Amino acid sequence: MKKVLCAFLLFALGTPAHAALNIFACEPEWAALIQELAGDKASVYTATGALQDPHHIEARPSLIAKARRADLVVCTGAELEMAWLPVVLRESGNSRVQPGSVGYFEAASVVHMLEVPTRLDRGDGDVHAQGNPHIQTDPRNFLPVADALGNRLIQLDPANAADYRQRLAAFTQRWSDAIAGWEKQAAPLRGAPVVVQHQGFPYLSAWLGLKEVTTLEPKPGMEPSAAHLSQVLNTLQQHPAKMVLRAAYQDGRPSEWISQRAHIAAVELPYTVGGSEGAKDLFGLFDDTVSRLLVGLK
Amino acid sequence: MFKRICSSTAMAVLLSHSIQAAAADNSNADNAFNPAFSLILSGGYGNLQQDPAIPATGFAMNPAPEHEQGFNLGESEMGISANIDPQFRGAATLALDPAGGVSVENAFVQTTSLGDGLNLKFGRFFSGLGYLNEHHAHAWDFTDQPLVYAVLWENQLADDGLQLKWLAPTEMFFEIGGEVGKGRGFPGTERAKNGSGAGVLFVHVGDDIGIEHSWRAGASLHRTRRVDAESVDVPDMGGNAVINLFTGDSQTVGLDLVWKYAPDGNVRNSYVKLQAEYFRRKEDGELSYDTEGANVTDSYTITQSGFYVQGVYQFMPRWRSGLRYDRLDPGVAQVGALNAGNVIADYAYNPSRTTLMVDYSASEFSRLRLQLAHDNSRQGLADNQFFVQYIMSLGAHGAHQY
Repeated sequence: MKKVLCAFLLFALGTPAHAALNIFACEPEWAALIQELAGDKASVYTATGALQDPHHIEARPSLIAKARRADLVVCTGAELEMAWLPVVLRESGNSRVQPGSVGYFEAASVVHMLEVPTRLDRGDGDVHAQGNPHIQTDPRNFLPVADALGNRLIQLDPANAADYRQRLAAFTQRWSDAIAGWEKQAAPLRGAPVVVQHQGFPYLSAWLGLKEVTTLEPKPGMEPSAAHLSQVLNTLQQHPAKMVLRAAYQDGRPSEWISQRAHIAAVELPYTVGGSEGAKDLFGLFDDTVSRLLVGLK
Repeated sequence: MFKRICSSTAMAVLLSHSIQAAAADNSNADNAFNPAFSLILSGGYGNLQQDPAIPATGFAMNPAPEHEQGFNLGESEMGISANIDPQFRGAATLALDPAGGVSVENAFVQTTSLGDGLNLKFGRFFSGLGYLNEHHAHAWDFTDQPLVYAVLWENQLADDGLQLKWLAPTEMFFEIGGEVGKGRGFPGTERAKNGSGAGVLFVHVGDDIGIEHSWRAGASLHRTRRVDAESVDVPDMGGNAVINLFTGDSQTVGLDLVWKYAPDGNVRNSYVKLQAEYFRRKEDGELSYDTEGANVTDSYTITQSGFYVQGVYQFMPRWRSGLRYDRLDPGVAQVGALNAGNVIADYAYNPSRTTLMVDYSASEFSRLRLQLAHDNSRQGLADNQFFVQYIMSLGAHGAHQY
């Protein structure tokens, strides 16, 4: 028994030595950002996929094992991962990545949060005390996050500081230029009335000036009921919208139902890297988001 | 899925007004440091055709699977947890008995900064053996525990002691753990003396297969020395109900396997969860038969076992259905010559049960459940059982266990 165990451990431990930082990214957008900022200096594990509802992830054994080996955990924060990350971090027995330590990074901590509730009551549905956590739908939010994350990488791996600085500067430049490009392209969207399936787009709407008329979910996180959808339909008769938006991971039926009856476009947005064919990296994510919105406007 | 008592984020999510105080101004509010607080309200209705106090055939010296008849409040659970300091985290779960009184279900401290994959826990906690043992009642997929848990662990084993776990730094999840404790809770006989009264060893292995499948498998070993373990109303060869005392060694081995599947890994929409567990207990010692009467003591050895297999299917958001099959084997006892004419050695009956459930969760915080069971755990006393249950959770969100 002991021999078998030792053999197993030796085999498992015999993987390549620490050539790179081991990074555990909670969501694909942060994994993609780390790729931009660290390149081959980091080995990144992405805990969730674009087709998974980020509020509903399970603390799977695989996640705990990956967190055990991580030098840095990068998450959105603002309670988005509260249903699973605390268990994963606790069970990992990895003191380097516990909240409050250098190895734990929350993107939401450096972003100006929207929809911070003035009252906290579960009767209002799935609300987050620190504000709406879906910050990745506004590309401008990636600038302060990249800055803070770049500095964190330098702190953890000072030997490669020069490389991280150079990558951060290059990314900031390319990203700022890209934002200007998307904003120009998306100009026709300013003021366009839209319906959203889940309150997942306040940052996108704030960025592009979309006007959110109403929401398909009666309360955040609640399934759209038939009764509520009829109400939405009534609202749309008085305040017509151009399109109904949903994230790739969301069930398409409520959007399609509204789309057919209100004769507006149903637009599925990638929401994060990997959420569509085009969203292969961060730049693709917003290229695709903007072009899908423009298609929806027609 | 519904797990939240025993865990929480570091930040304090509090009952309504203190939440607002913390949200509005967390710079100097004392209560921003308050622990995460949660309350589980549960209860329901049970309809049984047989007396629930009758034990499973062949398991009269084990706990009987308990069920409440008629409307019942069930246990309300209060959970409190927080980081104590940079080294420790504490958590307690208090069960409020409907008849009055409070019992301590869990009250433990765990380390948060040992590192190197080590986790030390001490106090009263659910043992890490098996898969279901660590899940609190509000996280169960059925209103009751599988028969094998009911008769071999009195639903679940919680000991007073300490647990050390080590997670290997491997790609795959590989964890080993050991516990020593007082021997509180069946089959332990809780002695007030130096040393430990029970020990547990367990190993867990798990991984993902793609983004859609995940699994965990485990093996466990539990040992305790039972001293003067009393059983009442035990049937004997003469058809009487007597009181027996057992003293001896008890050793239980267990195997558990859980496999989950969700299309695109999106458990919000739909998923399937299959799990099975098997336990086998050997007890070897001396049995005193009919302590109030004949009082004959001789050797007694028995091996009991049982398993369950269950599947839960979330067929659409918020709605789940489940099917479970239970079976027990009371074993054939080797009874010393003096008691050969007294103690029943072979019941020649395998208790079994089939259970069906449907539940609906309006949100993550509420669940309503219907359960039907066809119970053949007692020979000649087939029982059709019907349960309605509600489980509501308020306060801190907490995180869910796998």
